[in-house]
Amino acid sequence: MPVVRLDSEVDFAGWRTAARSLRAQGVTPDDTLWTVDGEGDLFAPPLEAAAATGPAFTAPREFLALAQAVVLHRSDDRFALLYRLLWRLAQTPHLLQLTTDPDVARARDFAKAVERAAHKMKAFVRFRKVDEAPGEMETFAAWFEPAHRVTERTAPFFARRYANMRFSILTPDACAHWDGDALSFTPGADPADAPADDALEEFWRTYYASIFNPARLKVGAMTKEMPKRYWRNLPEASLIPQLIEAAESRSQAMVSAGPSEPNRRIVRAALRASRDAPYDGAAPTDLVELNAQVQACRRCSLWRDATQGVSGEGPRSARLMFVGEQPGDQEDLAGRPFVGPAGQVFDRALAEARVERAETFVTNAVRHFKHELRGKRRLHKTPDAGEVQACRWWLDNERRMVRPRVIVALGATAALAVLGRPTPIGKNRGQALQLSDQGQAVVTYHPSYLLRLPDEDAKAKAYAEFVEDLRFAQRLAA
Amino acid sequence: MPVLDLKRKLSILADAAKYDASCASSGTSKRDSRGGKGVGSTEGMGICHAYAPDGRCISLLKILLTNYCIYDCAYCVNRVSSNVKRARFSVDEVVNLTLDFYKRNYIEGLFLSSGIIRDADYTMEAMVRVARDLRQVHDFRGYIHLKLIPEASQDLADEAGRWADRLSINVELPRDESLKALAPEKDAGVIKRAMGGVRLGIDAAGEKGRRAKPTAFAPAGQSTQMIVGADAASDGEILARSESLYGAYRLRRVYYSAFSPIPDAPGRLPPMRPPLMREHRLYQADWLMRFYGFAREEIVGPAENLELGMDPKLAWALKHRGDFPVDVNVAERETLLRTPGLGVKSVDKMIALRRLKRLALHDVGKLCRRIESVRPFIVASDWSPGGLTDSAGLARSLTPAPQQLELF
Repeated sequence: MPVVRLDSEVDFAGWRTAARSLRAQGVTPDDTLWTVDGEGDLFAPPLEAAAATGPAFTAPREFLALAQAVVLHRSDDRFALLYRLLWRLAQTPHLLQLTTDPDVARARDFAKAVERAAHKMKAFVRFRKVDEAPGEMETFAAWFEPAHRVTERTAPFFARRYANMRFSILTPDACAHWDGDALSFTPGADPADAPADDALEEFWRTYYASIFNPARLKVGAMTKEMPKRYWRNLPEASLIPQLIEAAESRSQAMVSAGPSEPNRRIVRAALRASRDAPYDGAAPTDLVELNAQVQACRRCSLWRDATQGVSGEGPRSARLMFVGEQPGDQEDLAGRPFVGPAGQVFDRALAEARVERAETFVTNAVRHFKHELRGKRRLHKTPDAGEVQACRWWLDNERRMVRPRVIVALGATAALAVLGRPTPIGKNRGQALQLSDQGQAVVTYHPSYLLRLPDEDAKAKAYAEFVEDLRFAQRLAA
Repeated sequence: MPVLDLKRKLSILADAAKYDASCASSGTSKRDSRGGKGVGSTEGMGICHAYAPDGRCISLLKILLTNYCIYDCAYCVNRVSSNVKRARFSVDEVVNLTLDFYKRNYIEGLFLSSGIIRDADYTMEAMVRVARDLRQVHDFRGYIHLKLIPEASQDLADEAGRWADRLSINVELPRDESLKALAPEKDAGVIKRAMGGVRLGIDAAGEKGRRAKPTAFAPAGQSTQMIVGADAASDGEILARSESLYGAYRLRRVYYSAFSPIPDAPGRLPPMRPPLMREHRLYQADWLMRFYGFAREEIVGPAENLELGMDPKLAWALKHRGDFPVDVNVAERETLLRTPGLGVKSVDKMIALRRLKRLALHDVGKLCRRIESVRPFIVASDWSPGGLTDSAGLARSLTPAPQQLELF
């Protein structure tokens, strides 16, 4: 029976050379014995380094990646298992995809355990500071016992993270050293070679004990992720038994203490503040106050899923007022009317009609964004007559304060809000409609209607009419 | 007033921060310390450096800058009327503690929150200064999570987004009305507007087609937290709230935190804590909505609560037994995801494997956690559940046996 002697416990290159040669010679997995130098039956005939005589073969790239991880596992039969897989790959090229095959499952379990050990090493290494020579980089060292032989595999992670300090990670298998430029490795070490203490550990333990919430003890969840085998090298783990023991009584004490008396100084201050507060609730007297009151509006239920109420903006002296339907997704987030896609169409049309937006007052019939969720998107939903009615209080207040000569209602919802009755756009656009407060109204399309029209010709025609209506309103207000 | 030493401050200000559930350090941009002056790396996956006996992971140094606060929120241990011990870190103390812990590999970074002293801007400015010093003076490239104070100015929020990986603003309670009752100084509208501002910042940083590379803005996104069980909101209401938050602000996560008794509690709060299981069920339902294709109405009605005794997917399946059993060899991915006991990973593995062979029950057994809970709902090449799917005792056999209360 051929015996393969590998140079070290993690000698992947040696395994690969030997496996290649064995398979070429047709040596079956059952006939091979794998040992690491210095172990096993020393009198068995060593493997002859035979040149590959059989046909050339390949192994899938996935197998190489898997094997590199499996070699780091502490199980004794890992080399034999890998050779058996390599052997079987000749017959079954898609073997690795048969994830429920016993050999494949075992190898994948090994690889997973190795990955987990590497991840836990990233998590549980605890550096201690070493006095550095004057002018040198800060220097740290750690003693760590990984679950599998992952030191070499994990060291580059620490080098990336701590590129600008010197460190050594000592383990029973191997030691990794970083000097600020390059990683180097030495054989396994002894815990006594690492520094014994670090002044910061007392702070770390303080933090660990304080961040723990005794009212929700879940010891199982802790040990699942922080297995006991790691505890002896974790400075904080020594606290665990006493924290668990005191938890129930601390939590009980909080419950049985009952409600406490509030701080007396604070109570007096609160009473004073409520006595001196101004009376609130009347109609707003200026636009700033109106906006503040809109934020507290509960006249309908649209406020609930919206970010904020969006009030109109523009000078109080504006002669021209534009009323849209309601804020959209972007307006809801930004708190300003017509800033989204429809706002861009609106701005472009205003520019073509030579209307200065800053001199007009731009607002909406409804203050909050009505929408429905489609997956993670918020889709616009038309407000109903009840919501328009509820929101007229705000629009009417803006009209009262601004007193524009002409109000342009953009779309059917705005027309309903401004004129108080359903007013079809197509039939009524392009003419001045008399309002009860001596102003005049013009109805036209909503800019988002122009975005939605599928037919390019119809879109261009509607856009031209829209610009024409804006010019008309501008002349009317002059 | 006696001067507190640093260790005492740390214990007070970590204790005060522990009611924030989030400790995630994942999902940010990839970077490391090579070519820089300082320390730090983030490589996509978060790392939990320790676990406390409450089962929560410790990934970040989670502290308050101060627990002095001018607000009086009933559920908060730091409210102005509470009698707890108070402390305040200086900016340098937080910066140094973060770096010292980081260099010893205790943490992935910093999660900084604060009580509100003087006013929102004053406090937010100090928090932003911590993050700016870490990034600019010390070239720290680890993870930073900043809690935003909703009332703080937009400029400070924007600067916070430049230094932090993640920003969060807590909505605190599922009902806006209860926020008014329990947290008189807070305003649900202000909170929502601040979240909207963060989303606009994140959207702008991710905009495609810009010539100059936009400045990074909170690459790990924003999250929020809701306290469960401090008001009367049902699970249906809570999940509806989350759904609307996910949609409006593209949140990475909504954290649910079961209200837990706090020291020095005021009388406005419920005396008992809700079962921890309720929080767990909410997370499960949240996951079903986000990764398993369930609509909220399928999981729980508006005024209903989730069942505590079984997970929401099993509860749904038991109500829809007509849809089962499903054949694991032919069923669509969406259908398999709705099968109790099968997670996203198991389903994807099964789909990969069934291209090569027909799945038998033992194959499914190797790919899922507990075949006993899956078996009644599936058909495999060598298995059919027969009458098991419709049997009256199914619910009982799949849930833990009720325990008799101990007698005195």
